[in-house]
Amino acid sequence: MTVKAMTAKEVARKVMDNKPLFILDVRNGDAFADWKIEGGNIQYLNTPYFDLLDGVEEVASELPKDRDILVVCAKEGSSVMVAEMLDEEGVDVAYLEGGMKAWSEHLEPVKVGDLKNGGELYQFVRIGKGCLSYMAISGGEAAIVDATRMTNIFLDFAQEKDAKIKHVFDTHLHADHISGGRSIAEATGATYYLPPADAEEVIFDYAELVNGLEVAIGDARIEIEALYSPGHTIGSTSFIVDDQYLMTGDILFIDSIGRPDLAGLAEDWGGDLRESLYSRYAELADELVVLPAHFMIMDELNEDGSVAKKLGDLFKENHGLNIEDEQEFRDMVTKNLPPQPNAYQDIRKLNMGKITPDEEVQREMEIGPNRCAVR
Amino acid sequence: MNVDKVLDAKGLACPMPIVKTRKEMKDLESGQVLQILATDKGSKADMTAWAKSGGHELLGVQEEGSVLKFWIKKG
Repeated sequence: MTVKAMTAKEVARKVMDNKPLFILDVRNGDAFADWKIEGGNIQYLNTPYFDLLDGVEEVASELPKDRDILVVCAKEGSSVMVAEMLDEEGVDVAYLEGGMKAWSEHLEPVKVGDLKNGGELYQFVRIGKGCLSYMAISGGEAAIVDATRMTNIFLDFAQEKDAKIKHVFDTHLHADHISGGRSIAEATGATYYLPPADAEEVIFDYAELVNGLEVAIGDARIEIEALYSPGHTIGSTSFIVDDQYLMTGDILFIDSIGRPDLAGLAEDWGGDLRESLYSRYAELADELVVLPAHFMIMDELNEDGSVAKKLGDLFKENHGLNIEDEQEFRDMVTKNLPPQPNAYQDIRKLNMGKITPDEEVQREMEIGPNRCAVR
Repeated sequence: MNVDKVLDAKGLACPMPIVKTRKEMKDLESGQVLQILATDKGSKADMTAWAKSGGHELLGVQEEGSVLKFWIKKG
């Protein structure tokens, strides 16, 4: 008996369109509690596959008849087994192809807007892990910001758009996910930029991303201007694109702000974070559309699936931008922080080029949500 | 450690290490110890959770290179 597979892309579409879905997650309880497929219209049941080996009659009676049912596990194997058992009981279910690993790796490109003279700006939503990457395209040239490990998606997308990738940036040395920036640059001959203050230990050559750096793409000369904004890391740098967009990296999110502790220096960087948010960003135009490097909860997504909001609105609504007392702010960003991202120390080493584990190990390292924010 | 039986589940992907362990366990007497060898990284958390939910005692876990070794005492 063969059962239907549902791809991560199909699940992402359902989540973004807020379609009803019932998820039977058959991973162990800890894994489910730590990280799952999130969505506004999803119902869940978590029963580990090893508790279903004697039969699925009991769990079948708890499944709804009025919505699609998706069986989910870490890599796919157990969900296929459980889906087949349910199928034999006459229950119509699908399993998630590739499991949570495929979910973690799926990127959904969303157009966030137009740039001067026909240019376009795209956001790549890594919906399972909450990472956001960007590609600005103009006149046959492209620039990429905060690319993820799944580099083919960016390379193929640029090719479809007939654009040559010229510049590849990382806003900072990432700790939650593995950067694809360096390998995209190697594959295309593009320049790879990193903030030098984050890159003291990297073992490869890079171009220095410093305050005031300006690059342009295409005949329309779409401008990408770097703004030094430390706090999440000491090198963290933002971008102003086409005088319309503010890419904030891991400094400012839609409903939270960056955490300063992932490189081990929360106390030192809390003050930098405050200055970046409360002084540097406060001087910028309210009309700039903020494009962060992460989202944490589905509520941060707009109706079209994008993650973007005007800076002026964030200064009104984002709690992290509205803490008047400096000590209270310091306490918030240094005390009672959430757990760190999975394998974050090894991910930093990998992004410095110090270790190069094989792809399967890299996948394992990236399991779980990004956890780069403090709320 | 005194081992009554060894199960080689190396190279098997989830859910097979647990499926096989469960089968072997059925043939053991209460108090006997099964040693399991596995290479599926996810089996570490799953074996721990399975032993607990089945009333067995996980006596130990060791990682030797890419191989995970478990010792489980039947409950």
